[in-house]
Amino acid sequence: MSERHFVRDLSDLPTHGHGPSNLTWWGTMGFMLIEGFAFVLAGFTYLYIMMQFRHWPPGMPPPDLTWGTLMTAALLLSLVPNVWAKRVAEASDLRGTRRAVLVMLAVGLVTLGIRGFEFTVLNALWDSNAYGSILWTILGLHTVHLLTDVGDTAVLAVLMFTRHGKDPRRMGDVTDNALYWNFVVGAWVPIYALLYLVPRFA
Amino acid sequence: MGPRDGVSSSELRDGPSLGEEDTMRRLERTWGTPPGLWGWLTTVDHKRIGRRYIATGFVFFLVGGVLALLMRLQLAQPENTLVGPDRYNQLFSMHGTTMMFLFAVPIMEAMAVYLVPLMVGTRNIAFPRLNAFSYWVYLFGGVMIVVAFLMNTGPETGWFSYVPLAGPEYSPGKRTDFWAQMITFTEVAALAVAVEIIVTVFKMRAPGMGLNRVPLFVWSMLVTSFMVIFAMPAVMLASSFLIMDRLVSTQFFNPAEGGDPLLWQHLFWFFGHPEVYIIFLPALGMVSSIVAAMARRPVFGHVPMVLALVATAFLGFGLWVHHMFATGLPHLASGYFTAASMMIAIPSGIQIFCWIATLWDGRPQWTVPLLFVVGFVVIFVLGGLTGVMQASVPFDLQVHDSYFVVAHFHYVLIGGAVFPLFGAFYFWFPKITGRMLGERLGRWNFWLFFIGFNVAFFPMHLLGMMGMPRRVYTYPAELGWADLNLTATLGALLVAASVALFLVNVLVSLRAGRIAGPNPWNAGTLEWATASPPPSYNFAHIPVVEGLEPLWDKAGPLGMVHGLRVEEREVLLTTVLDAHPDLREPSPRSTIWPLLSALAVTVLFIGSIFTPWALVWGAVPLAVGLVGWFWPKRRHVPPEPVVES
Amino acid sequence: MRWPPAPWGRKGRVLPILVLAACSGPQSMLDPAGGQAARIGVMGWILLAGCAFVYAVVLLWLLWALARRHRWVEPGGVLPPQAGVERRLTNGLVAWVVGTVLILFAFVAASYAVDKSLTHLANREEVVVEVEGKQWWWTVRYPDDDPSRSITTANEIHLPVGVPVRVKLKAADVIHSLWIPNLHGKMDLIPGRDNELFLTADREGIFRGQCAEFCGLQHAHMALDVIVHSRAAFDAWKEAQLAPAPAPADEALARGQALFLTSACTMCHGIRGTPASASVAPDLTHLASRRSIAAGALPYNRGNLAGWIADPQRIKPGNHMPLVGVPPSDLQALVAYLDSLK
Repeated sequence: MSERHFVRDLSDLPTHGHGPSNLTWWGTMGFMLIEGFAFVLAGFTYLYIMMQFRHWPPGMPPPDLTWGTLMTAALLLSLVPNVWAKRVAEASDLRGTRRAVLVMLAVGLVTLGIRGFEFTVLNALWDSNAYGSILWTILGLHTVHLLTDVGDTAVLAVLMFTRHGKDPRRMGDVTDNALYWNFVVGAWVPIYALLYLVPRFA
Repeated sequence: MGPRDGVSSSELRDGPSLGEEDTMRRLERTWGTPPGLWGWLTTVDHKRIGRRYIATGFVFFLVGGVLALLMRLQLAQPENTLVGPDRYNQLFSMHGTTMMFLFAVPIMEAMAVYLVPLMVGTRNIAFPRLNAFSYWVYLFGGVMIVVAFLMNTGPETGWFSYVPLAGPEYSPGKRTDFWAQMITFTEVAALAVAVEIIVTVFKMRAPGMGLNRVPLFVWSMLVTSFMVIFAMPAVMLASSFLIMDRLVSTQFFNPAEGGDPLLWQHLFWFFGHPEVYIIFLPALGMVSSIVAAMARRPVFGHVPMVLALVATAFLGFGLWVHHMFATGLPHLASGYFTAASMMIAIPSGIQIFCWIATLWDGRPQWTVPLLFVVGFVVIFVLGGLTGVMQASVPFDLQVHDSYFVVAHFHYVLIGGAVFPLFGAFYFWFPKITGRMLGERLGRWNFWLFFIGFNVAFFPMHLLGMMGMPRRVYTYPAELGWADLNLTATLGALLVAASVALFLVNVLVSLRAGRIAGPNPWNAGTLEWATASPPPSYNFAHIPVVEGLEPLWDKAGPLGMVHGLRVEEREVLLTTVLDAHPDLREPSPRSTIWPLLSALAVTVLFIGSIFTPWALVWGAVPLAVGLVGWFWPKRRHVPPEPVVES
Repeated sequence: MRWPPAPWGRKGRVLPILVLAACSGPQSMLDPAGGQAARIGVMGWILLAGCAFVYAVVLLWLLWALARRHRWVEPGGVLPPQAGVERRLTNGLVAWVVGTVLILFAFVAASYAVDKSLTHLANREEVVVEVEGKQWWWTVRYPDDDPSRSITTANEIHLPVGVPVRVKLKAADVIHSLWIPNLHGKMDLIPGRDNELFLTADREGIFRGQCAEFCGLQHAHMALDVIVHSRAAFDAWKEAQLAPAPAPADEALARGQALFLTSACTMCHGIRGTPASASVAPDLTHLASRRSIAAGALPYNRGNLAGWIADPQRIKPGNHMPLVGVPPSDLQALVAYLDSLK
């Protein structure tokens, strides 16, 4: 320990970054991988149960398209403000980021509202048969992700208007939150196809 | 940047201008855990958490072992009445559950929590608060299931909980619900550690430790962590389906409403087979570390070893159906799974060859860790071979769910994981405690374990072929199983004596063991480059790595980088492939929020056993805990003023 | 004791026979009594021989590695790999992998061949048996196109020797698994699914089967007897089973029958030829012809039967037969009647 053999000074390295330089980005990717795989397995379960029945959905018409399709449209459109939020955060534009986070919070609340209506018009209850069970479970799993992200956005929104908003690391948090919202949207598209289109066209 | 007037001391960096003593004192002040209970509850130091994780895992090993002894005593003679069927079913369910979920996986991850940051040369694990949270969740889940068992509400349908037996109709009461929530607890904990390990290995390696210079133990933990990420969601999903079937009347496994009992088996074994490799791969990493140090040369065939680990992980996900050969699957499917199950012998064979080759070309040092490695090879290979036998569908139809299988997987799991783990205890105990474990007691420990194990489990191969099914609480005398069962029970008592000797060895050595020094085995990886036990900050300066075994590759002192802050917790991030320095990243201080969040999670999980509404009201304290956790903190230790020296 | 032909000829049998001398028996895969079990036995010997060879090679390699004269190194020193040795070891590794692949290939081929030969034995049937697993006993039915010629019994399968039999497997409650090691490997009985097992017994004898999938409290006591007869004896047994229960021959037996018919027994058990027709629990029409009671928990005799009726929960705790509470004075008459149901 007494001999010190320094080969490089790292004092000039930056202390925060965006994307893959960022530790949180990797953590978020890790959890997205876990949750994404849980969605995949839930999807396989849906197909597995589908194979147990001759008619699908069993003894009932396919689920009503209205709210689910509206949800898909809302989520896809939300990508626009989401990309904007990511850009202003990466540019460390505090005013822009504050506005973007508020917009994303509003978007999140709207999608939660749509989801509420979506649940009310489903064609089966969770306990009526295995179809109803997996339908409610997949939709519920996605709703938990929506709730989590909206909650996270709400906390970020509060933070942005306190003195912590000035910390450049909060901008990294906003980009990570934007990344997670992309995941929530990305997960929904195949789920929509599975829950609403497969019973119609498969 | 040196200590100068007008510079805030929080900007003080390690380096040539700050004396070594001063650096270490300031780092200790920055990274140290506050004394007392509060410090104990709030620490985020990977070594402290790793230590308690290991100790807790070992306590569960003892619990599982006592349960096993009770079962062996019951089976020592035919028509025994020591334990009735209800208790016996809880015993074997708890034994499997404890050993798989509360001992094997957690203790392997715990070893990684302690060792990986040291081996890659960083100051703390990635996401240290998540690490603390993981430990608390694991502890609370484990305590919950043990308390439930002691209150006669232990799981009763096996560690595999097949439906419909575990479903609402045939397992009323709360026993299976506790089991299902125990799964949730332990999986949350395991997944959290998996993410920490992956990110630590990807982003926090010392400069120069490109992927080609990552030690085999770290590789094995990296691969294991990816397996955890892909395996655990399956069992979480399955146990959620089960608990929903039980509590809110969903119909996932009810054939009358379109559900299917086999859906459970597919999901469970899609997790359950990789689970075996999740336990086994870390042990392979431990063996590699021990073999290299004891043979006095790097492990032969580093690249084939890494490829074998990766191949095992991939194949491990393609075999789950071999647990279901007796369910009457289509022949084509079972043929594929026969071939795939046999193929996994190839990467295992490669690793066995490489270790033996290393010993052949090196100069084996006959220490206790090496004894355990040799015991590992002798036992594990036999278990692996009986595994190959069972990959054959016709043969498996006979031995499936018989004592042959019990023999097989204990050879694989005790031989393949517990022997390396004990070797690892002897090998790294000096690093963790600063003192050596006694060699003499260690040899007794080894030989009693080795002999006792074989006496206990070899006869079970014969019992299985003689028709004894698993999970029976008693058996008739006429079938001629009594002598072999009695032999097995005697062997189990020998193993128990051996584990007791190990405990004595630990207790004696903690007080009076030989002082180890930083590198008692003259091993080559980075954890041996720092003091034993390591200081709270691990390394005063981050080392630079120029080869696979940094301490062997360089004759002189290790090169170091400098420029990290000493009055703030700061770690170095490097690039994924080549480990070029990339960022200086702040690292969290001690905090109570992970513990509070874990308590909130515990309330939510246990509450949901009794009412689904716990998911709603239980989310409120959890949200408070998480917001408290992530809310930006002000530092509470004022920087020490800089005095010009 | 009979062995499947060992692949290495007669001489090779001596050692395994010495080691496994005690392994024959009514519930052992090492004593095959049917075409299926014999073929699986051959598979077992092939696997065992191959694996024993591999194990020996590994142990010898390990022994050599540990016991040879090693390079010298000063304490704490390190041995650098030498290019020539590494090359030789690499060649060794390649040979090792090739050897492993060849052996595994042989195993897969052998397994496939045996599987195929089992398929050849399947789908041919002269006798059909339906077995339904319940917590914790087995219903056994011999269906017939003429329903009046169908037989229902419990915990006992009778088979004619040398005749291919299709066993249809169903589960009433949870998953069970039928395992008769002397005849074949096991097959699961799964609620909502139909499985089947093909058996061809090749010698007469009495064997034992047991549930091999954990099914709850009394999984340990869910066995059945398998009796392999000559074809003629099998047909005779069938005819005997077709008959309704004999009428009570004397006063005492008549009292026993009356006790049975007026007790809670009739809530679950049926006896053909009497008003008792429930089928929740084992059919008792020819109870006294069976070898065991309570799914193999006790050998059949009057004493055991009396003990069982007096307190079923002591013998098989948790089973679904309640304590009926027959007074001792009535118990003798009841048992005498049941014992007349040959």
